[in-house]
Amino acid sequence: MNNISLERVRDDAYAIPLDRLDVSEASRFQNDTIWPYFERLRKEDPVHYCNDSLFGPYWSVTKYRDIMAVDTNHKVFSSEVSNITIIDRTEEERNPMFIAMDPPKHDEQRKTVSPIVAPGNLAKLEGLIRSRVSAILDGLPRNETFNWVDKVSIELTTQMLATLFDFPFEDRRLLTYWSDVATTIPQAGQEIDSWEKRASILSECLAYFTRLWNERISAEPRSDLISMMAHSPATRNMAPREFLGNLILLIVGGNDTTRNSISGGVWFMNQNPDQMRKVRGNPALVPSAVSEIIRYQTPLSHMRRNALVDTNLGNKEIKAGDKVIMWYISGNRDDEVIENADSFIIDRKNPRQHISFGFGIHRCVGNRLAEMQIRILWEEMLSRRFDINVVGEPERVSSNFVHGYSALPVRIAA
Amino acid sequence: MPTVKFLEFDGSEHKIEVSVGTSVMRAAVDNGVPGIDGDCDGQCACATCHVFVDSAWLPQTGERTPTEEELLGFASATEPNSRLACQIKMTNALDGLVVRMPAGQH
Repeated sequence: MNNISLERVRDDAYAIPLDRLDVSEASRFQNDTIWPYFERLRKEDPVHYCNDSLFGPYWSVTKYRDIMAVDTNHKVFSSEVSNITIIDRTEEERNPMFIAMDPPKHDEQRKTVSPIVAPGNLAKLEGLIRSRVSAILDGLPRNETFNWVDKVSIELTTQMLATLFDFPFEDRRLLTYWSDVATTIPQAGQEIDSWEKRASILSECLAYFTRLWNERISAEPRSDLISMMAHSPATRNMAPREFLGNLILLIVGGNDTTRNSISGGVWFMNQNPDQMRKVRGNPALVPSAVSEIIRYQTPLSHMRRNALVDTNLGNKEIKAGDKVIMWYISGNRDDEVIENADSFIIDRKNPRQHISFGFGIHRCVGNRLAEMQIRILWEEMLSRRFDINVVGEPERVSSNFVHGYSALPVRIAA
Repeated sequence: MPTVKFLEFDGSEHKIEVSVGTSVMRAAVDNGVPGIDGDCDGQCACATCHVFVDSAWLPQTGERTPTEEELLGFASATEPNSRLACQIKMTNALDGLVVRMPAGQH
């Protein structure tokens, strides 16, 4: 966006009466104009009540430390009593999944799948990821404009996800499709225009995975996610909806997030050529650059909790039952904790200190795998001396939850 | 100043002077000791400063806090002597403390 329109957006963000300020409008995420609205909330009303939105009344928590306080206090801020994103869904409409559970059930189910991303297993995956990254990069077109999101970001993360599930490799784009459908809020005129249609597509996902489950439950335990769930006491008796819920969690968690950080990294480096030069000159900065990319992108804009009891946060009285949105995307721009938070600086002092993975018991279980994939991708791009030119504005998705891209047009010089 | 000996997973040693009151995590991160990340900056919210306390030092380092206990439940390869280094504050009595790092923080 050019400077004039950014100024206009800023004027608008500061002109709205505070009690009318609603940061949930998806269009502002899609056109990348959300930033001054969050900036104003952080300055003027860090714990902000909006009583009238498309999603009903909700609290916005926008500063790093307040978000940390909510995220680490599951006894007061529950993940289980309602949805974990801003949109309300009834209990019948929600598929149970462990990210949307409180202890003790959350703990048992999370522990069933977490070994797949434990340090020992990650070390085993590194070589596989490097060979896949190499094949993808070496197969990219030269001197021709193509969509980085599709050819690299989606391809790499979907291959990884297929491996974690031991999912038939030739069908792997179904995982991408189900992930996109699962995070879509139905809208008239769009492909997914009703909740019924969304449910019907996700029931195909359940049917597909149920076939895999049935094969694996009668076989010896193996190290893929389906076999792990089929053989664990904590998950082997899940009802179909709970199986689907956990599948959606693992598919979205392992797919959308890393995908959008991969795309975002290319966009940010292109917008900040000085940072690109820095990492080219010193590839040892790649791990730090990876953390900075994940902070700057914040691939999931928010997570939601519901207060179980009356409580106080930032001198505001939050009532039992209130909906509380932790805007990670805003916390990551809080310059009280992160110096020059609006700038993309790949060698900043504490690059790992960002809130994109959340904190506390629901902290992203796959965060190390995500970092490893992005690190290997950048290592391999640097070793090939790729000159990637972004040749147009990215297209962003219309969502206040998934903060990502549908297209990033690029061209690689021959 | 009291010192702490950090042993990386591969056995590499780092002897670091730590001022009284500073956490063992902070000492490692500020001195660039590899193997301890401290992503949450010592808020006991991420379990990326998991260490194994040398058994001789267990009584002096005290008990896990309830939150620490909960988070260690999600770390991999924990042992009875697992602690989060951000929850161990340096004292003169801990001079010579030895901690070992796991294969990776997770």
